[in-house]
Amino acid sequence: MNDYNFAYLDEQTKRMIRRAILKGLAIPGYQVPFASREMPMPYGWGTGGVQVSAAVLTPEDTFKVIDQGADDTTNAVSIRTFFQRTAGVATTTATRDATVIQTRHRIPEEPLTEGQILVYQVPIPEPLRFLEPRESETRKMHSLEEYGLMHVKLYEDISRHGHIATSYAYPVKVEGRYVMDPSPIPKFDNPKLGEMAAIQLFGAGREQRIYALPPYSQAVSLDFEDHPFEASKADHPCGMCGAVDSYLDELIVDDAGRRMFVCSDTDYCEARQAAGHKGKDAA
Amino acid sequence: MQANTLSGGFADPAIGSAHAFRSVMEAMARPGTIQNIDGATPPAPLSPATGAVLLTLCDTETPVYLASDVNCAAVKAWLSFHTGAPLVGPSHCMFAVGTWDALAPLSTYPIGTSEYPDRSATLIVECPELAASGATMTGPGIKEQAALSLPEVEAFRSNRMLFPLGLDFIFTSGDRIAALPRTTHVSAPMGATKVS
Repeated sequence: MNDYNFAYLDEQTKRMIRRAILKGLAIPGYQVPFASREMPMPYGWGTGGVQVSAAVLTPEDTFKVIDQGADDTTNAVSIRTFFQRTAGVATTTATRDATVIQTRHRIPEEPLTEGQILVYQVPIPEPLRFLEPRESETRKMHSLEEYGLMHVKLYEDISRHGHIATSYAYPVKVEGRYVMDPSPIPKFDNPKLGEMAAIQLFGAGREQRIYALPPYSQAVSLDFEDHPFEASKADHPCGMCGAVDSYLDELIVDDAGRRMFVCSDTDYCEARQAAGHKGKDAA
Repeated sequence: MQANTLSGGFADPAIGSAHAFRSVMEAMARPGTIQNIDGATPPAPLSPATGAVLLTLCDTETPVYLASDVNCAAVKAWLSFHTGAPLVGPSHCMFAVGTWDALAPLSTYPIGTSEYPDRSATLIVECPELAASGATMTGPGIKEQAALSLPEVEAFRSNRMLFPLGLDFIFTSGDRIAALPRTTHVSAPMGATKVS
């Protein structure tokens, strides 16, 4: 440990964030305003998630960070190292060993358990923002439960593309009340949001909002009776581990445009390969 | 000023409040579960659990209401020294502390506004005991159902009707806490008759 306060932030800031987290848990899906601080990383690099993580971490925690499912990308490595240095916490890449997992745009493939906390980095917390730019209006729409515009947007998807083309940041209705942006996770991950055993916390640093899903709460993806929600993924097995049930990244592997599909969750893929599973592209 | 005004805070504030917050968060996220919380030794009649919750969540930005049974010089001095929280009446507080009877009536506390339902009071209720029996609870955070020794049922049912507005509750006893957010549905214990 060095000369930083535990987990970087000062105590008054943590108290303010902690109060926002508690109100977020008490009003699932509602975006609680908070006085987001400048962090030693640019907006868009997970400052909201970092502040939420700083407020929940204890020295005994084991911390994991994923960026689009991967433990070894720049964003994940730098945030993991940040808390290693400022909070002295143990870190891991194994989903099952982590007690706090900060994530950018994925939910781990392995089901989370009751002892775990999932912290999302959120760029735009307001699901209605691209439909209505004024905060004063979207706030009113949430208070009146006026979500017709969101259904119009999904309907326009259908009329233009024949199906709901929204493939990430797919809106959910939480406990029958608030429409919530689950952050830009692929809609493949949406079914995992509801009834999850772990606590889910969402932090948007630039937009200064915190929201939450308590364990075992309902989060229903918006849809229509004749166009039901469908969690989709690339229709391939993973090239490295052969998994058919995981979310895949598409990689272009040579100048001829040959492509390969691999698990976006690196821990899941590596664990499967270590257990002897082999995909068609594995060396 | 009494000597124990200055003592009784967390030995290591950053670590102590981090642990205490996790207990409070687990309690609020999983209504009905009873969590241990320690590290604070506030003056009587505050329990160690209430002291830890106040140290973890309160500061100069959080008006606190002390109900009549905890509103004594020792508590006021301790709270002021350790948190700096302004003391106010029930209608302007963010946190209220006291026993269930002393905190009544609930209608005086802020329940938030339709645009800002988070601007509502959290009541920290000193209880003689906490047990996983009594009223049954369902709702977010509860897998099937939970049971908790609540002081009554009707108040929480009418609080639930206000959703998304409403009050949130933290129950403390000794060094243990439980919580009940506004989302929880409460029903009378099996076999109990409703007293109206």
